[in-house]
Amino acid sequence: MAPQPHKDLLRFITCGSVDDGKSTLIGRLLYDTKLLYSDQLAALEADSRQFGTQGQGLDFALLVDGLAAEREQGITIDVAYRFFATATRQFIVADTPGHEQYTRNMVTGASTADLAVILVDARKGILTQTRRHSYLVHLLGIRHVVLAINKMDLVGYDQARFDAIVADYAGFARSIGIEAFTAVPVSGLRGDNISSRTDSMPWYAGPSLLAHLEAVEIDIAAAQCRPLRLPVQWVNRPHADFRGFSGLLAAGSVRPGDAVRVLPSGRLTTVSRIASFDGDMDIAVAGQSVTLCFADEIDCSRGDVIARADEPPEVADQFEATIVWMAEEELLPGRPYWLKLATQTVTATVHGLKHEINVNTLERLAARTLGLNAIGVATLGTDRPLVFEPYAVDRGLGGFILVDKLSNATVGAGVLHFALRRSQNVHWQALEISREKHAELKQQKPAVLWFTGLSGAGKSTIANLVEKQLVSLGRHTFLLDGDNVRHGLNRDLGFTDADRVENIRRVGEVARLMTDAGLIVIAAFISPFRAERAMVRQMMLPGEFLEIFIDTPLAAAEARDAKGLYRKARAGLLRNFTGIDSPYEAPEAAEIRIDTTKLSAEQAADLIVARLLARPQEQ
Amino acid sequence: MATLNLTQLQRLEAEAIHIMREVVAEAERPVMLYSVGKDSAVMLHLARKAFFPAPPPFPLLHVDTTWKFRAMYELRDRMARDSGMQLIVHRNPEALARNINPFDHGSALHTALWKTEGLKQALAAHRFDAAFGGARRDEEKSRAKERVFSFRSATQRWDPKQQRPELWNLYNARKAPGESLRVFPLSNWTELDVWQYIAAERLPIVPLYFAELRPTVERDGLLLVVDDGRFPLAAGERPVMRRVRFRTLGCYPLTGAIESEAATLPAIIAEMQASTVSERQGRAIDQDQAASMEKKKQEGYF
Repeated sequence: MAPQPHKDLLRFITCGSVDDGKSTLIGRLLYDTKLLYSDQLAALEADSRQFGTQGQGLDFALLVDGLAAEREQGITIDVAYRFFATATRQFIVADTPGHEQYTRNMVTGASTADLAVILVDARKGILTQTRRHSYLVHLLGIRHVVLAINKMDLVGYDQARFDAIVADYAGFARSIGIEAFTAVPVSGLRGDNISSRTDSMPWYAGPSLLAHLEAVEIDIAAAQCRPLRLPVQWVNRPHADFRGFSGLLAAGSVRPGDAVRVLPSGRLTTVSRIASFDGDMDIAVAGQSVTLCFADEIDCSRGDVIARADEPPEVADQFEATIVWMAEEELLPGRPYWLKLATQTVTATVHGLKHEINVNTLERLAARTLGLNAIGVATLGTDRPLVFEPYAVDRGLGGFILVDKLSNATVGAGVLHFALRRSQNVHWQALEISREKHAELKQQKPAVLWFTGLSGAGKSTIANLVEKQLVSLGRHTFLLDGDNVRHGLNRDLGFTDADRVENIRRVGEVARLMTDAGLIVIAAFISPFRAERAMVRQMMLPGEFLEIFIDTPLAAAEARDAKGLYRKARAGLLRNFTGIDSPYEAPEAAEIRIDTTKLSAEQAADLIVARLLARPQEQ
Repeated sequence: MATLNLTQLQRLEAEAIHIMREVVAEAERPVMLYSVGKDSAVMLHLARKAFFPAPPPFPLLHVDTTWKFRAMYELRDRMARDSGMQLIVHRNPEALARNINPFDHGSALHTALWKTEGLKQALAAHRFDAAFGGARRDEEKSRAKERVFSFRSATQRWDPKQQRPELWNLYNARKAPGESLRVFPLSNWTELDVWQYIAAERLPIVPLYFAELRPTVERDGLLLVVDDGRFPLAAGERPVMRRVRFRTLGCYPLTGAIESEAATLPAIIAEMQASTVSERQGRAIDQDQAASMEKKKQEGYF
């Protein structure tokens, strides 16, 4: 056979509930397209005897259930990629598990797929998982949907059963916006309608599953017809005579001589050449990795987007997006996360959740956070303007991931719908009296003394002593106390994790305004989470934020219990109480640590004031 | 508007180059594992394309076992010279001192000490925080589930149940000091894609991939080539000249040859498409125990 490097490629996913027979179906496709080698078949025969569920027959599921843990439990725990080809097309299939807790893997597989095969057990019909997977398939913009109604052999190849399931699914599909789907009755185990039409279901006139996969049109030209979008990955500057901008073309095409605009700066230039190892190129198109050179020396670096000059993408910092949450620890509005979109990495904060979506009923539920595998519509903001396109227009410039700043884990993924008008209309007012001027008038350097520690640790007591000392030294101060702030500014907030984050964010913003006014801010807040203390630190100028850990062991604070709160918490009358049923994350590198078992409140205050006044500019 | 139809190979090439550039942009000290095989040949070529006209901004690392075929050492040194890249060769000093070899110590200990431990030593000694490997998802079942950017703990272990979700072409390269990434730019390539790319780009490969008359002996169902005087022959055992070639290359006492007449790239591709056994069938180390690759990978093997 002659090599055929000119085949095209279809990437698809299979999804369905546990035991719908996904792995068996893929194993059957590999078997029928002769993609199994004899040693793999021999291993399969041995495995089938040891782990198989098909008696003496081959258990095709064992081909794809690759990890040892999966074999023991008889389940698929992660997305696996398989490869096969026919005479006309190559296929990469992502096998995605049906368990609810592994929705994140399904989303991973769907993000790169052109088509989705949704499996349904003919005996069971449309299940909760079928609806969830269909919703995700639609959310991720997969336009080709195949409903494979499997195990038809177990319902006697009954047409009425098939028709009923198709009708049931059609209603649901329409309600979530899936415009069209193709239904195929199959049996993965028996091979009916998998790679060729079966005689068992003469009432079915359509193509086999494989014939349909071969025939589906892949619109790869569509991306090339849109205006140029090239997210810059890397600046190539080997020597003074060469400066190139490398990246994967997300959309459009480019030729030497084309006028382009670099975003977000908006600077204009002309493409002088498209450099490559095999000689300069005359044209580059969406899907190619290229290196462009410009006619002018303009600023351009990783994260910028090179676009067609007269049709640039939008730039904004406030968005509406749908977010899929993928971590055990819930999404906390107000907490800063890394957001990566194309080659841009920025800090993003979810301002609020409009609603969570119950994907089984499509109900919109009020929500303040998102738990593992929850999906919600949110407004979010970024610390720097983001060059983007709505996800419906361009997956590459509209899809993003969220990364936890402490664990570095990928905790969420999302798709941008549109920029909120607000970001285009709210501008910074340039102030004529600068923060330096405010500070100079007060003859001091602004600072935030941030007291953190358990309830009853002694934060407020020490903070009050510190303020008294500073005032007696002629300093301009203001004390923000956790309890007092909750009576006013933050009286709408409770003590859930999400509310605690918002509480600290607001206090941080107030403290920042006060430092702009030249004040020394003394803030006494339990502030149990490292991420939020780090967030407030980032709001201030370097050196302005001093974290003071009032280190009192839980037992000592509880023994003191001046407000009687621990007693209530232990009695179950107070929920989410730090140290009891809500965590406290002790600082790892606080500027000052006060061990209250060794120092009195007065000694602690002396030490803190001495440290503050020892700052270089104070002397 | 003009559109171009990109072939499967062009799309795979663009994807691999994108992956390499992400690593260089986000990691501090990347390195490319270079094992001199066909996948390494493709990976090295892609790196030269990705950063042209600059040389690839990372060194090559060969974790040597001292038991590779002589022809592999020759090609390795030539390719490092031609690419203008630094070549780091690491041999586990403990394995060297104990003279670990597959004949006396078996394939499991040989692989654990020379390759798994050797690799971990080299990565730690040079403080590399991202290492490119040429593994493909079509090779083996546990590979099929590994991410393109595969996170390793500070002890270089792989936890298959704690893999980061990997969506679109957005790779999360963030990590704490001491943690690292293994990155697989050829994840979505098949064995056939590799051969077709080698043919299309006329890449130099080790001559052992082409059929030739070579001295061979049969051991445990594998056809081994007697590559040098260290091969211990049993009493009365004599190497037999056979026309053989290799589908995959590792340590010569552990890599089985196949009888073949394919002496050109088109012949190899044709033979491969007609083949009924998989590529790793010639690797003794994969058959040590059930799920052996997954176990080795958790321990730090590539």
